[in-house]
Amino acid sequence: MSRNGMVDVLIIGSGASGAAVAWSLAETRMRILCLEQGDWMKHADFPSNGHDWEARRYGDFDISPNRRARATDYPINDDASPMKIANFNGVGGGTIFYTAHFPRMHPSDFRVRSLDGVADDWPVDYWTLEPFFAENDRMMGVSGLAGDPGVPSRNPPMPPIPLGKTGMIYARAMNRLGWHWWPSDTTVATTEYDGRAACINVGHCTPGCAQGAKASTDITYWPRALRAGVELRTRCRVREITTNEHGMASGAVYYDADGMERFQPAEVVILACNGIGTPRLLLNSASARFPNGLANSSGLVGRNLMLHPWPQVTGYVEDKVDGSRGPMTCMWSKEFYETDPSRGFVRGYTLQFARGTGPVNEAVTSVAAGRLPWGMDHHRVYRQLLDHRLQIGIACEDLPEEHNGVTLDPVLKDDHGIPAPRIDYTISENTRRMMEHGIARAEQILTEAGASNLYASRTVLNSPGHLLGTARMGNDPERSVVNAWGRCHDVKNLFIVDGSIWVTSGGVNPTSTIQALALYVADSMKQRLATLFD
Amino acid sequence: MSEAALSSAESQSLHRIAGMMIPASAEYDIPGADDRLIFADIVGSFGRDLGDVRTALAALSTLAGGSFADLDEARAASLLEQFLASGSTSTSVLGRVILQCYYRDDRVLRSLGLESRPPFPKGHTLEQGDWSLLDAVRARPKLWRDDRKVLR
Ligand SMILES: Cc1cc2nc3c(=O)[nH]c(=O)nc-3n(C[C@H](O)[C@H](O)[C@H](O)COP(=O)(O)OP(=O)(O)OC[C@H]3O[C@@H](n4cnc5c(N)ncnc54)[C@H](O)[C@@H]3O)c2cc1C
Repeated sequence: MSRNGMVDVLIIGSGASGAAVAWSLAETRMRILCLEQGDWMKHADFPSNGHDWEARRYGDFDISPNRRARATDYPINDDASPMKIANFNGVGGGTIFYTAHFPRMHPSDFRVRSLDGVADDWPVDYWTLEPFFAENDRMMGVSGLAGDPGVPSRNPPMPPIPLGKTGMIYARAMNRLGWHWWPSDTTVATTEYDGRAACINVGHCTPGCAQGAKASTDITYWPRALRAGVELRTRCRVREITTNEHGMASGAVYYDADGMERFQPAEVVILACNGIGTPRLLLNSASARFPNGLANSSGLVGRNLMLHPWPQVTGYVEDKVDGSRGPMTCMWSKEFYETDPSRGFVRGYTLQFARGTGPVNEAVTSVAAGRLPWGMDHHRVYRQLLDHRLQIGIACEDLPEEHNGVTLDPVLKDDHGIPAPRIDYTISENTRRMMEHGIARAEQILTEAGASNLYASRTVLNSPGHLLGTARMGNDPERSVVNAWGRCHDVKNLFIVDGSIWVTSGGVNPTSTIQALALYVADSMKQRLATLFD
Repeated sequence: MSEAALSSAESQSLHRIAGMMIPASAEYDIPGADDRLIFADIVGSFGRDLGDVRTALAALSTLAGGSFADLDEARAASLLEQFLASGSTSTSVLGRVILQCYYRDDRVLRSLGLESRPPFPKGHTLEQGDWSLLDAVRARPKLWRDDRKVLR
């Protein structure tokens, strides 16, 4: 096996958190290398450049790695989970595919045990992270509107995405109901921003933004990190983290673009492979010294997986609305976010109001839902659906449960022969009650908005790609994998910065908080450089 | 390439199903999914779906007890209904393959009042809307729990 030269810091994974930590640490002038299994994406290759823009989301731009099956993907056995796994593997990671809805966790989300008597408090709080949220908003470029009574004060650098026809219909209905709503924070640039072009309402935000208006980390953090001297090597799939006789991480074994096995020695290793890739790597790094997997003396590596069950309720109005002619992301409601015991469940959810969808997707989802017939009546019904759709997503917090998790599949392997992850996940009774509550509220809103033909899709089609909790933070080494600033309790030069370190999941899309945490871990490392391994 | 992968019997069955699932309409002045151009697009676009399409077609000929393409109209209609009701993965893949080509045909898109073009680079316009609708919300007290006060 060939051996590369030593680096100070080896980051594995170049997605939301890997990019942020790389950029933040760059100012230390240490030798920093990031290994990423995927490729740089060419924005001219994104689906919205071609006539087959919708078909490709069922092919090489499918959100499921199993279906997409690029050489840069690894398979995931999610047969034992009602929620399927969505991700993207490439420079930018999941931010290439995210819909750019960018709420922060709430202060109460970090204090669930103290406030609501469930799960555990985080070892950090919102207020510690607040400056890192703000820094991340600047770096990613957030569009939104200050003054929202639903969330703590923040100042998005760009104005919000227009309400459009669809947003006006929601807004009026919400005002009649007397319920909270606000234009969503998003990382879609509504003005030119830091070299990025403004959004032109291509509307197909999820499978990559051809305009470059959506902030994926390949066009935000990475160009700056590279200019500051960080090295990023693509098509490098890490198989395992190695350790030395002192029980410290010594580097990583990986397969390079030519399939050659290589060893990369490092003083510090940082994992940023997401809530599935990271436990997979730690479990694949089992050795005589760490027989249950690396950093796993607590037995919690891979456990407590949280995926955010995400029902969606669809309805159709008589007037034509925005359809797919604008970002999907429109507005949020925090009316049901904070715990109210009278609802019959603890914790809460965000309502996420979406615009419609393109002609193919309208037809495919409507046939699947049984509202669009085949045969002669197809055309008449279709004309009542396309561009008449309203859709509300319910971002439910699922609480950590040890039986939900990631293990190594005994049979399935990736192209390099590395054992693939297997997901076991069930939806708890508390979450089910929350989902039904949210569905009933969404139906009430849609009815108030004049919509009919309502349809609630509970989970199967709606896996949101939020992969959290499988290497949780905490002060107690018996109950957590990393400490309050991301360092593994068991291996003092091994850090984790991705979504796996989450203690609970909140009822929001996670990327803003994942990145704020990554910047906070990087800052904690910089503050302690002389005593990092003590 | 994909067309060659279907036997002529399979191709004929698919052609018949496509036209029954999405028939031409004089009322809307649109072709059916069995239109020459649309059908050529369908058979040229199977890609990774080819296996499922063939499975679906095989299931249909089993139901038909032979070639679906040769059935009389009434029998074909009742079998197709049975076939679509099966809800199998391959049936829904077959449906999607037809829909994703049908709803990118220039004539079909025009009849829906849509421009036949990819979303990029032209994009679309999105009206600002009336932001004064937010006034009612601005006036509300804060909804989030401040842990610093609650847990003090
Ligand atoms: C369809 C979709 C829509 C989404 N929408 C939203 C949204 O609107 N808002 C939001 O906040 N979030 C959204 N998300 C979630 C968001 O993408 C993730 O929360 C975020 O990207 C996670 O960041 P991360 O750093 O934990 O991991 P990722 O961004 O997933 O990055 C992990 C990286 O590690 C690499 N990697 C993994 N294993 C290895 C290995 N062994 N060797 C080398 N490299 C490896 C991967 O290739 C990947 O690039 C969405 C996700 C999807 C899939």
